[in-house]
Amino acid sequence: MSVDLATVKRVARLARIAVTEDDANRMVGELNGIIDFVEQLSEVDVTGVEPMTSVTPMDMRKRQDAVTDGDKADDIVANAPSTDRNFFLVPKVVE
Amino acid sequence: MTELTSLTIAEAREKLSTKEITSVELTKAYVNAIDAFNGTLNAYITTTPEKAMDMAKASDERRASGKVGALEGIPLGIKDLFATEGVHTQACSHILDGFKPKYESTVTQNLWDDGAVMLGKLNMDEFAMGSSNETSFYGPVVNPWKAEGSNQQLVPGGSSGGSAAAVAAHLCAGATATDTGGSIRQPAAFTGTVGIKPTYGRCSRWGTVAFASSLDQAGPIARDVRDAAIMLKSMASVDKKDTTSVDLPIPDYEAALGQSVKGMKIGIPKEYRVDNMPEEIEALWQQGIAFLKDAGAEIVDITLPHTKYALPAYYIVAPAEASSNLARYDGVRYGLRVDGKDIADMYEKTRAAGFGTEVKRRIMIGTYVLSAGYYDAYYLQAQKVRTLIKRDFETVFHAGVDAILTPATPSSAFGIADENLAADPVAMYLNDIFTVTVNMAGLPGIAVPAGLDKKGLPLGLQLIGKPFEEETLFRTAHVIEQAAGKFTPAKWW
Repeated sequence: MSVDLATVKRVARLARIAVTEDDANRMVGELNGIIDFVEQLSEVDVTGVEPMTSVTPMDMRKRQDAVTDGDKADDIVANAPSTDRNFFLVPKVVE
Repeated sequence: MTELTSLTIAEAREKLSTKEITSVELTKAYVNAIDAFNGTLNAYITTTPEKAMDMAKASDERRASGKVGALEGIPLGIKDLFATEGVHTQACSHILDGFKPKYESTVTQNLWDDGAVMLGKLNMDEFAMGSSNETSFYGPVVNPWKAEGSNQQLVPGGSSGGSAAAVAAHLCAGATATDTGGSIRQPAAFTGTVGIKPTYGRCSRWGTVAFASSLDQAGPIARDVRDAAIMLKSMASVDKKDTTSVDLPIPDYEAALGQSVKGMKIGIPKEYRVDNMPEEIEALWQQGIAFLKDAGAEIVDITLPHTKYALPAYYIVAPAEASSNLARYDGVRYGLRVDGKDIADMYEKTRAAGFGTEVKRRIMIGTYVLSAGYYDAYYLQAQKVRTLIKRDFETVFHAGVDAILTPATPSSAFGIADENLAADPVAMYLNDIFTVTVNMAGLPGIAVPAGLDKKGLPLGLQLIGKPFEEETLFRTAHVIEQAAGKFTPAKWW
Protein backbone atom coordinates (compact mmCIF):
# COMPACT_ATOMS: atom_id res chain seq x y z
CA MET A 1 0.00 0.00 0.00
CA SER A 2 1.20 3.52 -0.61
CA VAL A 3 -0.22 6.97 -0.06
CA ASP A 4 -0.79 9.64 -2.70
CA LEU A 5 -1.30 13.38 -2.40
CA ALA A 6 -5.07 13.07 -2.01
CA THR A 7 -4.64 10.55 0.84
CA VAL A 8 -2.15 12.82 2.63
CA LYS A 9 -4.61 15.70 2.44
CA ARG A 10 -7.47 13.50 3.66
CA VAL A 11 -5.41 12.21 6.61
CA ALA A 12 -4.29 15.77 7.47
CA ARG A 13 -7.94 16.79 7.54
CA LEU A 14 -8.79 13.83 9.82
CA ALA A 15 -5.88 14.82 12.09
CA ARG A 16 -6.99 18.47 12.04
CA ILE A 17 -3.64 19.73 10.82
CA ALA A 18 -3.62 22.42 8.13
CA VAL A 19 -1.10 21.53 5.40
CA THR A 20 0.13 23.65 2.53
CA GLU A 21 0.57 22.15 -0.93
CA ASP A 22 4.34 22.02 -0.29
CA ASP A 23 3.88 20.29 3.09
CA ALA A 24 1.56 17.73 1.55
CA ASN A 25 3.94 16.98 -1.32
CA ARG A 26 6.86 16.50 1.05
CA MET A 27 4.77 14.26 3.32
CA VAL A 28 3.88 11.91 0.47
CA GLY A 29 7.51 10.80 0.23
CA GLU A 30 8.13 10.70 3.98
CA LEU A 31 4.98 8.80 4.82
CA ASN A 32 5.60 6.29 2.05
CA GLY A 33 9.11 5.73 3.41
CA ILE A 34 7.67 4.90 6.83
CA ILE A 35 4.84 2.80 5.42
CA ASP A 36 7.31 0.80 3.30
CA PHE A 37 9.31 0.17 6.47
CA VAL A 38 6.35 -1.05 8.54
CA GLU A 39 5.01 -3.10 5.62
CA GLN A 40 7.41 -5.94 6.52
CA LEU A 41 5.05 -6.86 9.37
CA SER A 42 2.72 -8.43 6.84
CA GLU A 43 5.18 -11.32 6.38
CA VAL A 44 4.75 -12.46 10.02
CA ASP A 45 2.44 -15.43 10.48
CA VAL A 46 0.01 -14.38 13.20
CA THR A 47 -2.43 -17.26 12.82
CA GLY A 48 -4.08 -17.87 16.18
CA VAL A 49 -2.16 -15.03 17.89
CA GLU A 50 -4.17 -12.72 20.14
CA PRO A 51 -3.44 -8.99 19.78
CA MET A 52 -1.80 -7.51 22.86
CA THR A 53 -4.17 -5.49 25.02
CA SER A 54 -2.09 -5.15 28.18
CA VAL A 55 1.66 -5.45 28.44
CA THR A 56 1.61 -6.49 32.10
CA PRO A 57 -0.56 -9.40 33.20
CA MET A 58 -2.69 -7.48 35.66
CA ASP A 59 -6.31 -6.54 36.08
CA MET A 60 -7.01 -2.88 35.71
CA ARG A 61 -7.56 -1.34 39.11
CA LYS A 62 -11.17 -0.34 39.68
CA ARG A 63 -12.82 1.92 42.22
CA GLN A 64 -16.27 2.89 43.39
CA ASP A 65 -18.08 5.07 40.88
CA ALA A 66 -18.14 8.08 43.18
CA VAL A 67 -17.01 11.69 43.04
CA THR A 68 -13.50 11.92 44.52
CA ASP A 69 -12.36 15.24 43.14
CA GLY A 70 -13.81 18.51 41.94
CA ASP A 71 -14.59 22.15 42.71
CA LYS A 72 -11.63 23.22 40.60
CA ALA A 73 -13.26 25.24 37.85
CA ASP A 74 -10.76 28.08 38.25
CA ASP A 75 -7.83 25.65 37.98
CA ILE A 76 -9.31 23.94 34.95
CA VAL A 77 -9.68 27.10 32.89
CA ALA A 78 -6.51 28.74 34.24
CA ASN A 79 -4.40 27.73 31.23
CA ALA A 80 -7.02 28.27 28.52
CA PRO A 81 -6.31 30.87 25.83
CA SER A 82 -9.83 32.32 25.99
CA THR A 83 -12.38 32.02 28.81
CA ASP A 84 -15.37 33.81 30.29
CA ARG A 85 -16.73 33.09 33.78
CA ASN A 86 -15.22 29.59 33.86
CA PHE A 87 -16.34 28.70 30.34
CA PHE A 88 -13.96 27.90 27.50
CA LEU A 89 -14.59 30.26 24.60
CA VAL A 90 -14.53 28.91 21.04
CA PRO A 91 -15.54 30.38 17.68
CA LYS A 92 -19.26 30.14 16.95
CA VAL A 93 -20.18 26.50 16.18
CA VAL A 94 -23.95 26.69 15.54
CA GLU A 95 -25.41 29.28 13.17
CA MET B 1 37.64 20.24 48.85
CA THR B 2 36.44 18.75 45.60
CA GLU B 3 34.01 20.69 43.49
CA LEU B 4 30.55 20.14 44.94
CA THR B 5 28.97 19.47 41.55
CA SER B 6 31.34 16.56 40.96
CA LEU B 7 29.79 14.58 43.82
CA THR B 8 27.51 11.66 42.99
CA ILE B 9 24.17 11.48 44.78
CA ALA B 10 25.58 8.82 47.14
CA GLU B 11 28.67 10.96 47.90
CA ALA B 12 26.59 14.10 48.45
CA ARG B 13 24.21 12.13 50.68
CA GLU B 14 27.19 11.12 52.84
CA LYS B 15 28.60 14.65 53.10
CA LEU B 16 25.16 16.09 53.86
CA SER B 17 24.64 13.49 56.53
CA THR B 18 27.97 14.24 58.25
CA LYS B 19 27.16 18.00 58.01
CA GLU B 20 30.31 18.55 55.97
CA ILE B 21 28.12 20.39 53.46
CA THR B 22 24.58 21.82 53.42
CA SER B 23 21.95 21.51 50.73
CA VAL B 24 22.08 25.30 50.34
CA GLU B 25 25.80 25.08 49.48
CA LEU B 26 25.31 22.14 47.16
CA THR B 27 22.30 23.70 45.42
CA LYS B 28 24.09 27.04 45.03
CA ALA B 29 26.98 25.25 43.33
CA TYR B 30 24.58 23.75 40.78
CA VAL B 31 22.72 27.04 40.26
CA ASN B 32 26.07 28.72 39.54
CA ALA B 33 27.15 25.93 37.18
CA ILE B 34 23.88 26.17 35.27
CA ASP B 35 24.26 29.96 35.06
CA ALA B 36 27.75 29.61 33.68
CA PHE B 37 27.35 26.69 31.27
CA ASN B 38 23.75 26.19 30.23
CA GLY B 39 24.05 28.86 27.58
CA THR B 40 26.53 26.58 25.80
CA LEU B 41 24.84 23.22 26.32
CA ASN B 42 21.11 24.19 26.26
CA ALA B 43 20.26 21.31 28.60
CA TYR B 44 17.76 23.34 30.65
CA ILE B 45 14.94 25.24 28.97
CA THR B 46 13.76 26.82 32.23
CA THR B 47 15.60 27.18 35.50
CA THR B 48 14.02 27.77 38.89
CA PRO B 49 16.93 29.06 41.00
CA GLU B 50 14.77 30.81 43.61
CA LYS B 51 12.58 27.76 44.09
CA ALA B 52 15.74 25.64 44.28
CA MET B 53 17.28 27.79 47.02
CA ASP B 54 13.98 27.81 48.96
CA MET B 55 13.73 24.03 48.71
CA ALA B 56 17.38 23.65 49.76
CA LYS B 57 16.86 25.88 52.78
CA ALA B 58 13.74 23.92 53.78
CA SER B 59 15.71 20.69 53.36
CA ASP B 60 18.50 21.89 55.65
CA GLU B 61 15.87 22.84 58.23
CA ARG B 62 14.22 19.43 58.00
CA ARG B 63 17.60 17.80 58.45
CA ALA B 64 18.32 19.96 61.51
CA SER B 65 15.04 18.77 63.01
CA GLY B 66 15.99 15.14 62.32
CA LYS B 67 13.75 14.51 59.29
CA VAL B 68 15.86 13.08 56.51
CA GLY B 69 14.34 11.72 53.27
CA ALA B 70 16.05 9.34 50.86
CA LEU B 71 17.03 12.24 48.56
CA GLU B 72 17.24 14.90 51.24
CA GLY B 73 18.82 18.06 49.85
CA ILE B 74 19.84 16.53 46.49
CA PRO B 75 19.42 18.94 43.49
CA LEU B 76 17.77 17.32 40.49
CA GLY B 77 16.79 18.30 36.95
CA ILE B 78 13.30 17.42 35.68
CA LYS B 79 12.47 16.51 32.09
CA ASP B 80 9.94 18.95 30.63
CA LEU B 81 7.47 16.06 30.20
CA PHE B 82 6.65 15.98 33.94
CA ALA B 83 3.95 18.34 35.21
CA THR B 84 5.43 20.61 37.86
CA GLU B 85 2.98 22.87 39.65
CA GLY B 86 3.26 26.49 38.58
CA VAL B 87 6.39 25.80 36.54
CA HIS B 88 6.84 25.67 32.74
CA THR B 89 5.63 22.25 31.46
CA GLN B 90 5.48 22.06 27.68
CA ALA B 91 7.00 18.76 26.55
CA CYS B 92 9.27 21.18 24.64
CA SER B 93 6.42 21.92 22.24
CA HIS B 94 5.21 25.26 20.92
CA ILE B 95 1.62 24.07 21.19
CA LEU B 96 1.78 24.10 25.01
CA ASP B 97 3.01 27.71 25.11
CA GLY B 98 2.66 29.22 28.54
CA PHE B 99 1.27 26.05 30.15
CA LYS B 100 1.82 26.03 33.90
CA PRO B 101 0.03 23.08 35.50
CA LYS B 102 -2.06 23.45 38.64
CA TYR B 103 -0.87 20.03 39.80
CA GLU B 104 2.31 18.01 40.30
CA SER B 105 3.10 14.69 38.61
CA THR B 106 3.24 11.69 40.93
CA VAL B 107 6.90 10.97 40.07
CA THR B 108 8.11 14.48 40.88
CA GLN B 109 5.91 14.68 43.99
CA ASN B 110 7.58 11.45 45.19
CA LEU B 111 11.00 13.11 44.75
CA TRP B 112 10.02 16.25 46.66
CA ASP B 113 8.44 14.10 49.39
CA ASP B 114 11.85 12.43 49.73
CA GLY B 115 13.55 15.81 50.16
CA ALA B 116 14.93 16.47 46.65
CA VAL B 117 15.47 19.99 45.27
CA MET B 118 14.32 21.10 41.79
CA LEU B 119 16.82 23.02 39.64
CA GLY B 120 14.65 23.44 36.54
CA LYS B 121 13.12 21.77 33.50
CA LEU B 122 15.23 19.89 31.00
CA ASN B 123 15.23 20.00 27.22
CA MET B 124 13.87 17.05 25.24
CA ASP B 125 12.57 16.10 21.81
CA GLU B 126 9.09 17.57 21.28
CA PHE B 127 6.58 15.27 23.01
CA ALA B 128 9.47 12.79 23.44
CA MET B 129 9.43 12.03 19.70
CA GLY B 130 13.03 11.85 18.54
CA SER B 131 16.42 10.26 19.13
CA SER B 132 18.67 13.33 18.97
CA ASN B 133 16.89 16.08 20.94
CA GLU B 134 16.74 18.07 17.69
CA THR B 135 12.94 18.11 17.46
CA SER B 136 12.68 20.33 20.57
CA PHE B 137 11.00 23.71 20.05
CA TYR B 138 13.83 25.10 22.19
CA GLY B 139 16.65 23.95 19.94
CA PRO B 140 19.16 21.11 20.18
CA VAL B 141 21.15 20.13 23.27
CA VAL B 142 24.91 19.90 22.89
CA ASN B 143 26.50 16.65 24.09
CA PRO B 144 29.26 17.37 26.65
CA TRP B 145 31.30 14.70 24.82
CA LYS B 146 33.31 15.52 21.71
CA ALA B 147 35.35 13.18 19.54
CA GLU B 148 39.10 13.41 20.17
CA GLY B 149 40.69 16.12 18.08
CA SER B 150 37.32 17.28 16.77
CA ASN B 151 35.33 20.39 17.49
CA GLN B 152 32.11 19.09 15.97
CA GLN B 153 29.09 19.41 18.23
CA LEU B 154 27.37 16.09 18.85
CA VAL B 155 23.82 15.24 19.87
CA PRO B 156 23.24 13.81 23.36
CA GLY B 157 20.62 11.40 21.97
CA GLY B 158 16.94 11.64 22.71
CA SER B 159 14.36 12.09 23.66
CA SER B 160 15.79 12.66 27.17
CA GLY B 161 18.78 14.57 25.73
CA GLY B 162 18.64 17.43 28.22
CA SER B 163 18.53 14.97 31.12
CA ALA B 164 21.55 13.00 29.86
CA ALA B 165 23.61 16.10 28.99
CA ALA B 166 22.86 17.80 32.33
CA VAL B 167 23.90 14.69 34.26
CA ALA B 168 27.09 14.17 32.20
CA ALA B 169 28.07 17.85 32.46
CA HIS B 170 27.35 17.97 36.21
CA LEU B 171 24.53 20.51 35.86
CA CYS B 172 22.40 18.37 38.21
CA ALA B 173 23.10 15.46 40.55
CA GLY B 174 20.59 13.28 38.70
CA ALA B 175 17.64 13.74 36.37
CA THR B 176 14.21 12.35 35.66
CA ALA B 177 13.62 11.00 32.17
CA THR B 178 11.08 8.93 30.26
CA ASP B 179 11.41 6.09 27.78
CA THR B 180 8.85 5.09 25.13
CA GLY B 181 11.20 3.38 22.65
CA GLY B 182 14.67 4.04 24.07
CA SER B 183 14.48 7.66 25.24
CA ILE B 184 16.30 6.97 28.52
CA ARG B 185 18.76 4.29 27.40
CA GLN B 186 19.98 5.76 24.10
CA PRO B 187 20.88 9.22 25.54
CA ALA B 188 22.47 7.53 28.57
CA ALA B 189 24.65 5.49 26.17
CA PHE B 190 25.57 8.62 24.16
CA THR B 191 26.70 10.53 27.26
CA GLY B 192 28.44 7.89 29.40
CA THR B 193 25.65 7.95 32.00
CA VAL B 194 23.42 5.25 33.47
CA GLY B 195 19.73 5.12 32.57
CA ILE B 196 17.06 2.62 33.52
CA LYS B 197 13.61 2.15 32.05
CA PRO B 198 11.76 0.18 34.69
CA THR B 199 9.02 -2.37 34.02
CA TYR B 200 5.81 -0.87 32.63
CA GLY B 201 3.67 0.00 35.66
CA ARG B 202 6.53 0.57 38.12
CA CYS B 203 6.47 4.39 37.95
CA SER B 204 3.14 6.20 37.84
CA ARG B 205 2.34 7.93 34.56
CA TRP B 206 0.01 10.40 36.30
CA GLY B 207 0.97 13.97 35.45
CA THR B 208 3.45 12.91 32.75
CA VAL B 209 2.54 14.31 29.32
CA ALA B 210 1.37 11.26 27.37
CA PHE B 211 3.06 10.14 24.13
CA ALA B 212 2.20 6.42 23.70
CA SER B 213 0.41 5.30 26.83
CA SER B 214 1.05 1.55 26.54
CA LEU B 215 4.82 2.15 26.16
CA ASP B 216 5.67 5.26 28.23
CA GLN B 217 7.63 4.72 31.46
CA ALA B 218 9.54 7.14 33.65
CA GLY B 219 13.01 6.38 34.99
CA PRO B 220 16.21 8.11 36.09
CA ILE B 221 19.40 9.10 34.29
CA ALA B 222 22.29 9.23 36.76
CA ARG B 223 26.08 9.29 36.96
CA ASP B 224 26.43 5.71 38.09
CA VAL B 225 24.49 2.56 38.86
CA ARG B 226 24.16 3.34 42.56
CA ASP B 227 22.68 6.79 41.91
CA ALA B 228 20.21 5.29 39.42
CA ALA B 229 19.14 2.77 42.08
CA ILE B 230 18.68 5.52 44.68
CA MET B 231 16.61 7.63 42.30
CA LEU B 232 14.39 4.83 41.00
CA LYS B 233 13.44 3.85 44.55
CA SER B 234 12.10 7.36 45.10
CA MET B 235 10.45 7.75 41.68
CA ALA B 236 8.58 4.43 41.81
CA SER B 237 5.33 4.12 43.72
CA VAL B 238 1.94 2.46 43.78
CA ASP B 239 -0.44 5.16 42.57
CA LYS B 240 -4.23 4.97 42.63
CA LYS B 241 -4.34 7.80 40.08
CA ASP B 242 -2.77 5.58 37.37
CA THR B 243 -4.78 2.41 36.67
CA THR B 244 -1.69 0.78 35.11
CA SER B 245 0.46 1.43 38.19
CA VAL B 246 1.27 -1.99 39.60
CA ASP B 247 0.46 -2.92 43.18
CA LEU B 248 3.82 -4.37 44.21
CA PRO B 249 6.17 -3.27 47.00
CA ILE B 250 9.21 -1.23 45.90
CA PRO B 251 12.44 -3.03 46.78
CA ASP B 252 15.56 -1.35 48.13
CA TYR B 253 17.36 -1.36 44.77
CA GLU B 254 20.61 -0.10 46.27
CA ALA B 255 20.84 -3.24 48.41
CA ALA B 256 21.22 -5.27 45.20
CA LEU B 257 24.56 -3.60 44.44
CA GLY B 258 27.60 -5.66 45.30
CA GLN B 259 25.71 -8.95 45.21
CA SER B 260 27.46 -11.60 43.17
CA VAL B 261 26.34 -12.61 39.68
CA LYS B 262 27.96 -16.04 40.13
CA GLY B 263 25.86 -18.73 38.51
CA MET B 264 23.52 -16.19 36.93
CA LYS B 265 22.49 -17.05 33.37
CA ILE B 266 23.05 -14.22 30.89
CA GLY B 267 21.44 -14.61 27.47
CA ILE B 268 23.12 -13.32 24.29
CA PRO B 269 20.52 -12.91 21.52
CA LYS B 270 21.91 -13.61 18.07
CA GLU B 271 19.31 -11.35 16.41
CA TYR B 272 20.99 -8.27 17.93
CA ARG B 273 24.00 -8.81 15.67
CA VAL B 274 22.65 -6.55 12.92
CA ASP B 275 23.96 -5.82 9.43
CA ASN B 276 26.55 -3.05 9.17
CA MET B 277 27.04 -2.95 12.93
CA PRO B 278 30.36 -1.20 13.63
CA GLU B 279 33.11 -3.57 14.77
CA GLU B 280 33.53 -1.49 17.88
CA ILE B 281 29.99 -2.26 19.01
CA GLU B 282 30.61 -5.98 18.54
CA ALA B 283 33.91 -5.64 20.45
CA LEU B 284 32.16 -3.81 23.28
CA TRP B 285 29.55 -6.53 23.47
CA GLN B 286 32.26 -9.21 23.67
CA GLN B 287 33.97 -7.17 26.37
CA GLY B 288 30.72 -7.09 28.37
CA ILE B 289 30.36 -10.85 27.98
CA ALA B 290 33.93 -11.26 29.26
CA PHE B 291 33.26 -8.99 32.29
CA LEU B 292 30.25 -11.06 33.32
CA LYS B 293 31.97 -14.39 32.63
CA ASP B 294 34.91 -13.30 34.80
CA ALA B 295 32.43 -12.48 37.56
CA GLY B 296 31.12 -16.04 37.43
CA ALA B 297 28.02 -15.64 35.26
CA GLU B 298 27.10 -18.33 32.76
CA ILE B 299 26.78 -17.05 29.19
CA VAL B 300 24.17 -18.73 26.99
CA ASP B 301 23.25 -18.12 23.36
CA ILE B 302 19.57 -17.38 22.93
CA THR B 303 17.21 -16.53 20.12
CA LEU B 304 14.50 -13.85 20.06
CA PRO B 305 13.17 -14.55 16.57
CA HIS B 306 10.77 -11.61 16.22
CA THR B 307 13.35 -8.93 17.10
CA LYS B 308 13.49 -7.44 13.59
CA TYR B 309 9.75 -6.77 13.68
CA ALA B 310 9.84 -4.75 16.91
CA LEU B 311 10.78 -1.43 15.31
CA PRO B 312 8.21 -1.60 12.48
CA ALA B 313 5.51 -2.66 14.98
CA TYR B 314 6.56 0.22 17.23
CA TYR B 315 6.13 2.69 14.36
CA ILE B 316 2.51 1.62 14.09
CA VAL B 317 1.60 1.31 17.78
CA ALA B 318 3.39 4.44 19.05
CA PRO B 319 2.11 6.87 16.37
CA ALA B 320 -1.41 5.40 16.68
CA GLU B 321 -1.45 6.05 20.42
CA ALA B 322 0.20 9.44 19.92
CA SER B 323 -2.39 10.55 17.39
CA SER B 324 -5.08 9.85 20.00
CA ASN B 325 -3.20 11.37 22.94
CA LEU B 326 -2.28 14.53 21.06
CA ALA B 327 -5.87 15.13 19.89
CA ARG B 328 -6.34 17.14 23.08
CA TYR B 329 -4.14 19.98 21.79
CA ASP B 330 -6.85 21.91 20.01
CA GLY B 331 -6.35 25.53 21.07
CA VAL B 332 -9.27 25.40 23.50
CA ARG B 333 -8.12 24.20 26.91
CA TYR B 334 -4.46 25.16 27.10
CA GLY B 335 -1.53 26.53 25.20
CA LEU B 336 -1.39 28.06 21.79
CA ARG B 337 -4.43 29.22 19.80
CA VAL B 338 -4.33 30.48 16.22
CA ASP B 339 -7.65 32.04 15.22
CA GLY B 340 -9.52 30.77 12.17
CA LYS B 341 -12.69 31.45 10.26
CA ASP B 342 -14.59 28.74 12.15
CA ILE B 343 -13.82 26.19 14.86
CA ALA B 344 -12.39 23.53 12.51
CA ASP B 345 -10.17 26.14 10.86
CA MET B 346 -8.99 27.25 14.31
CA TYR B 347 -8.11 23.64 15.24
CA GLU B 348 -6.23 23.08 12.00
CA LYS B 349 -4.28 26.34 12.11
CA THR B 350 -3.43 25.91 15.80
CA ARG B 351 -2.12 22.39 15.29
CA ALA B 352 -0.24 23.35 12.11
CA ALA B 353 1.56 26.16 13.94
CA GLY B 354 1.97 24.40 17.28
CA PHE B 355 3.39 21.00 16.32
CA GLY B 356 6.84 20.51 14.81
CA THR B 357 7.59 18.45 11.69
CA GLU B 358 8.35 15.14 13.42
CA VAL B 359 5.28 15.33 15.67
CA LYS B 360 3.04 16.08 12.68
CA ARG B 361 4.60 13.18 10.80
CA ARG B 362 3.80 10.76 13.62
CA ILE B 363 0.26 12.08 14.11
CA MET B 364 -0.28 11.60 10.37
CA ILE B 365 1.05 8.03 10.43
CA GLY B 366 -1.06 7.24 13.48
CA THR B 367 -4.18 8.72 11.94
CA TYR B 368 -3.55 6.79 8.72
CA VAL B 369 -3.03 3.38 10.35
CA LEU B 370 -6.15 3.83 12.49
CA SER B 371 -8.32 5.09 9.62
CA ALA B 372 -11.19 3.07 8.18
CA GLY B 373 -10.02 0.13 6.08
CA TYR B 374 -6.45 0.07 7.40
CA TYR B 375 -6.97 -0.75 11.08
CA ASP B 376 -6.71 -4.55 10.67
CA ALA B 377 -3.79 -4.48 8.24
CA TYR B 378 -1.65 -2.21 10.40
CA TYR B 379 -2.73 -1.68 13.99
CA LEU B 380 -4.22 -5.12 14.69
CA GLN B 381 -1.32 -6.85 12.94
CA ALA B 382 1.19 -4.81 14.98
CA GLN B 383 -0.53 -5.70 18.26
CA LYS B 384 -0.39 -9.40 17.31
CA VAL B 385 3.31 -9.10 16.47
CA ARG B 386 3.75 -7.41 19.84
CA THR B 387 2.31 -10.52 21.50
CA LEU B 388 4.93 -12.60 19.64
CA ILE B 389 7.77 -10.27 20.70
CA LYS B 390 6.73 -10.62 24.32
CA ARG B 391 6.42 -14.40 23.92
CA ASP B 392 10.04 -14.57 22.65
CA PHE B 393 11.22 -13.05 25.93
CA GLU B 394 8.93 -15.24 28.04
CA THR B 395 10.33 -18.32 26.36
CA VAL B 396 13.98 -17.51 27.19
CA PHE B 397 13.19 -16.38 30.73
CA HIS B 398 11.19 -19.59 31.23
CA ALA B 399 14.25 -21.55 30.08
CA GLY B 400 16.22 -20.12 33.01
CA VAL B 401 17.83 -16.98 31.60
CA ASP B 402 18.11 -14.29 34.32
CA ALA B 403 19.01 -11.31 32.15
CA ILE B 404 19.87 -10.51 28.53
CA LEU B 405 22.96 -8.55 27.45
CA THR B 406 22.93 -6.47 24.24
CA PRO B 407 24.53 -3.29 22.90
CA ALA B 408 22.49 -0.19 23.87
CA THR B 409 22.83 1.62 20.52
CA PRO B 410 24.12 0.77 17.04
CA SER B 411 26.66 3.65 17.15
CA SER B 412 28.15 6.33 19.37
CA ALA B 413 26.80 9.91 19.36
CA PHE B 414 26.46 11.52 15.92
CA GLY B 415 26.69 15.15 14.83
CA ILE B 416 24.05 17.83 15.27
CA ALA B 417 22.19 18.48 11.99
CA ASP B 418 23.40 15.28 10.34
CA GLU B 419 22.28 15.58 6.72
CA ASN B 420 21.69 11.89 6.04
CA LEU B 421 19.49 11.54 9.12
CA ALA B 422 17.56 14.70 8.33
CA ALA B 423 16.72 13.39 4.86
CA ASP B 424 15.47 10.00 6.01
CA PRO B 425 13.18 9.68 9.06
CA VAL B 426 13.55 5.88 9.10
CA ALA B 427 17.36 6.15 9.42
CA MET B 428 16.84 8.15 12.62
CA TYR B 429 14.31 5.59 13.89
CA LEU B 430 16.96 2.84 13.59
CA ASN B 431 18.75 4.37 16.61
CA ASP B 432 16.22 2.57 18.80
CA ILE B 433 16.69 -0.84 17.20
CA PHE B 434 18.14 -2.44 20.37
CA THR B 435 15.98 -0.63 22.91
CA VAL B 436 12.48 -0.68 21.43
CA THR B 437 11.82 -4.42 21.97
CA VAL B 438 11.93 -3.79 25.71
CA ASN B 439 9.11 -1.22 25.55
CA MET B 440 7.05 -3.45 23.28
CA ALA B 441 7.28 -6.24 25.89
CA GLY B 442 6.96 -3.92 28.93
CA LEU B 443 10.24 -5.21 30.40
CA PRO B 444 12.89 -3.36 32.42
CA GLY B 445 16.10 -2.34 30.64
CA ILE B 446 19.22 -0.53 31.85
CA ALA B 447 21.97 1.15 29.82
CA VAL B 448 25.38 1.21 31.46
CA PRO B 449 28.57 2.73 29.99
CA ALA B 450 31.09 0.03 29.13
CA GLY B 451 33.85 1.73 27.15
CA LEU B 452 34.92 4.35 24.64
CA ASP B 453 35.13 3.99 20.89
CA LYS B 454 38.19 4.91 18.77
CA LYS B 455 37.02 8.52 18.68
CA GLY B 456 36.95 8.60 22.48
CA LEU B 457 33.13 8.65 22.67
CA PRO B 458 31.20 6.60 25.22
CA LEU B 459 29.39 3.39 24.30
CA GLY B 460 26.82 1.59 26.42
CA LEU B 461 25.60 -1.92 26.99
CA GLN B 462 22.00 -2.81 27.73
CA LEU B 463 20.72 -5.40 30.18
CA ILE B 464 17.12 -6.60 29.85
CA GLY B 465 15.38 -8.25 32.79
CA LYS B 466 12.22 -10.08 33.77
CA PRO B 467 9.18 -8.01 34.74
CA PHE B 468 9.73 -6.22 38.06
CA GLU B 469 13.23 -7.65 38.51
CA GLU B 470 15.04 -4.32 38.32
CA GLU B 471 17.23 -5.54 41.20
CA THR B 472 18.84 -8.12 38.89
CA LEU B 473 19.63 -5.34 36.42
CA PHE B 474 21.21 -3.08 39.04
CA ARG B 475 23.28 -5.95 40.41
CA THR B 476 24.51 -7.01 36.95
CA ALA B 477 25.05 -3.46 35.66
CA HIS B 478 27.10 -2.75 38.79
CA VAL B 479 29.42 -5.65 37.91
CA ILE B 480 29.92 -4.17 34.42
CA GLU B 481 30.53 -0.71 35.91
CA GLN B 482 33.09 -2.09 38.36
CA ALA B 483 34.96 -3.79 35.53
CA ALA B 484 34.67 -1.02 32.91
CA GLY B 485 35.06 2.01 35.16
CA LYS B 486 33.20 5.30 34.87
CA PHE B 487 33.48 7.82 32.04
CA THR B 488 33.46 11.60 32.35
CA PRO B 489 33.83 14.02 29.43
CA ALA B 490 36.84 16.36 29.38
CA LYS B 491 35.45 19.79 30.21
CA TRP B 492 35.49 22.19 27.22
CA TRP B 493 32.32 24.16 27.90
